[in-house]
Amino acid sequence: MPVRLKDLPRKRYGMPGNAACPGCPETMGLRYVKMALGDDVVLVIPAGCSSVIQGIAPKSGINFPILNIVFAAGAAAAAGMKAAFEALGRGDVKVVVWAGDGGTGDIGFQALSGAAERNDDILYICVDNEAYMNTGIQRSSLTPPGAWTTTTWTGKREPKKNVPLIMIAHDVPYVATASVGYPQDFIEKLRTAAKIRGFKYIHLHAPCPIGWRFDPGLTPKIAQLAVQTGLWPLYEYNQGKFRVSPFSRMYRRPEKRVPVIEYLKLQGRFRAALKNPELVKMIEAEVERMWRWIDALEKSLNPAEEARRITGT
Amino acid sequence: MPVLTLTGNYAVAHAVKLARVKVIAAYPITPQTTIVEKLSEMVEKGELDAKMIRVESEHSALAAVYGAASAGARAFTATSSHGLLYMHEVLWWAAGSRIPLVMAVVTRAIGPPWNIHVDHQDVMDQRDTGWIIAVAQENQEVLDLTLQAFRISEDPRVYLPVIVALDGFILSHTTAPVEVPEQREVDEWLPPRRQPYVIAPETSIVMGNIAPDEEYYMMRLSMQKAMGEAKRVAEEVDAEYGKVFGRSYGGLVECHRCEDADYYIVITGSWAGDAKEAADRVREQAGVRVGVARVRYIRPWPHERLREILGNAKGVIVFDRAVSFGAKGQLFTDTAASLYDYKVSMRGVIAGLGGVDVPAEDMIPVIMDFVEKVEEQGFVYEPSYWLLPPKYR
Repeated sequence: MPVRLKDLPRKRYGMPGNAACPGCPETMGLRYVKMALGDDVVLVIPAGCSSVIQGIAPKSGINFPILNIVFAAGAAAAAGMKAAFEALGRGDVKVVVWAGDGGTGDIGFQALSGAAERNDDILYICVDNEAYMNTGIQRSSLTPPGAWTTTTWTGKREPKKNVPLIMIAHDVPYVATASVGYPQDFIEKLRTAAKIRGFKYIHLHAPCPIGWRFDPGLTPKIAQLAVQTGLWPLYEYNQGKFRVSPFSRMYRRPEKRVPVIEYLKLQGRFRAALKNPELVKMIEAEVERMWRWIDALEKSLNPAEEARRITGT
Repeated sequence: MPVLTLTGNYAVAHAVKLARVKVIAAYPITPQTTIVEKLSEMVEKGELDAKMIRVESEHSALAAVYGAASAGARAFTATSSHGLLYMHEVLWWAAGSRIPLVMAVVTRAIGPPWNIHVDHQDVMDQRDTGWIIAVAQENQEVLDLTLQAFRISEDPRVYLPVIVALDGFILSHTTAPVEVPEQREVDEWLPPRRQPYVIAPETSIVMGNIAPDEEYYMMRLSMQKAMGEAKRVAEEVDAEYGKVFGRSYGGLVECHRCEDADYYIVITGSWAGDAKEAADRVREQAGVRVGVARVRYIRPWPHERLREILGNAKGVIVFDRAVSFGAKGQLFTDTAASLYDYKVSMRGVIAGLGGVDVPAEDMIPVIMDFVEKVEEQGFVYEPSYWLLPPKYR
């Protein structure tokens, strides 16, 4: 069901006193999570920017219950919490993991894969700012090719690990990509996921002004450009069915896409890459690679829609 | 009270069932595995109303039961050796959160080389984490300690997690008669779960966000104070348990023939049984009055109790089944620190690593050699005496 802004709750979930940087996509995302899911939620947060954003104990700048946990254990701690709520007759409490790209695709990956395989009834959100920002911008497996980090001074040479696809391969009930640039789409997906029993995964693209080297006022614009260039397609895999989300559908056609260079040139992290045509080519190839996967998934996981598309009916 | 023939591991499982644990998470590792197998069977047969999470690693096992306990459920896990080391950071996190939890550790050597047999290196490695660490000597005590662990951990004066250690194979896989209390009796004795806070939607509690250094320091101090309280609580619980179920073990330290002893063996775990036999035989054969102070809690360290017992000794011989490389056996170090102002002769024996068997007849010559040296020289201090395996002696 489409999300109407005027119907969203007015309650303040991100409070003054939180320790986020200007233009931080994580506080945006956290607000959307609570706006979408309401109050019957507990969050599990492994080490990362969001551990700090909460502010200094004994107070918190985030207005909901949170269990912070060691880096590698987000999914496991959440699985345990959910089991406890079920055992105590409170199965309606939603347990949500809010983890960074390192906590998801690197150090937390084993626990994530384990919880997905067991189909634990949790919602796992990866808030992907494409590097270890909290420790000072080090490369993760989800850093895109070409990106400068403090451990890849001339630009990362390897592709970005495609975690959402890996999660689809776990055959869990729900996987989606989202972006802080498209809050309605994200909120809709959160609400869809919340209604499903079992393991749900949402991968939220979250441009970081500090780590990506752009003006803090541009966070939503950069996030939207990632979608408009086709680099970060929004899609949804819901109980066996795959579909590209409305905001990304037009970018299926390469001629509709914004040139990748428009996205790169706004970010200081690609300054070195922009001088290296090979790296730029590698980034452009990422777009093609991404959409090849999407085509393949649509064809194999949604044959009826694919047939309609081909016949134009 | 029915008497069953149980391995140490099954004794753990029976205690966990009697404690009405709600969430269990564990990962297989020898020699812990049969605990989880038995608990899985109990859950699947409907004998135990609990959620069983078959996790993909020990790190996740402890994180999962910690999450469950934070949400208000009585929770349990078990592991050994490398599994315990893999959990290490989560041990710190759980204790620092002051969340009551119980874990069985079936003690086992650490590789390399691979070795599945008993020693205490794994559990000794957790001494600084803020977990209470109790060590059993035999299977009945395994069951009793596991039940008591829930009571101690959930006591508001304590609110720290508890490890119950039992020796790999010697206890874990060896059957012995074990009196298993009736569910009704345990329900009356073990109060409903208590914990300092619960993470749930209505609480708005944030656990573990960044704290100022001064607050952090004070939280660490509160853990130390809770450990102090835990000494009293463990003694109380042991005594109360005795009144209800007929078995007490002397609190933090069990004494064997301490009344008139001149020399003492300090030891922990199943081989304390061998030490008691050695003490008896030395008394009988050589007329030397030897007693055994079996340390039942290596954390909190029973400093005051050991001073009472050992203060007037001529000599104390400590048997360690682990070592801190470059220093001494861990029991020795702590015992020596407790006796800092007494002029007591001491010998620290490091033996039985990797499961090398150390029967009473191997302990006796080391004890006698120490006694003779003390009698001859007046004062002896030998902090690390390596008792080699027989083929290397």
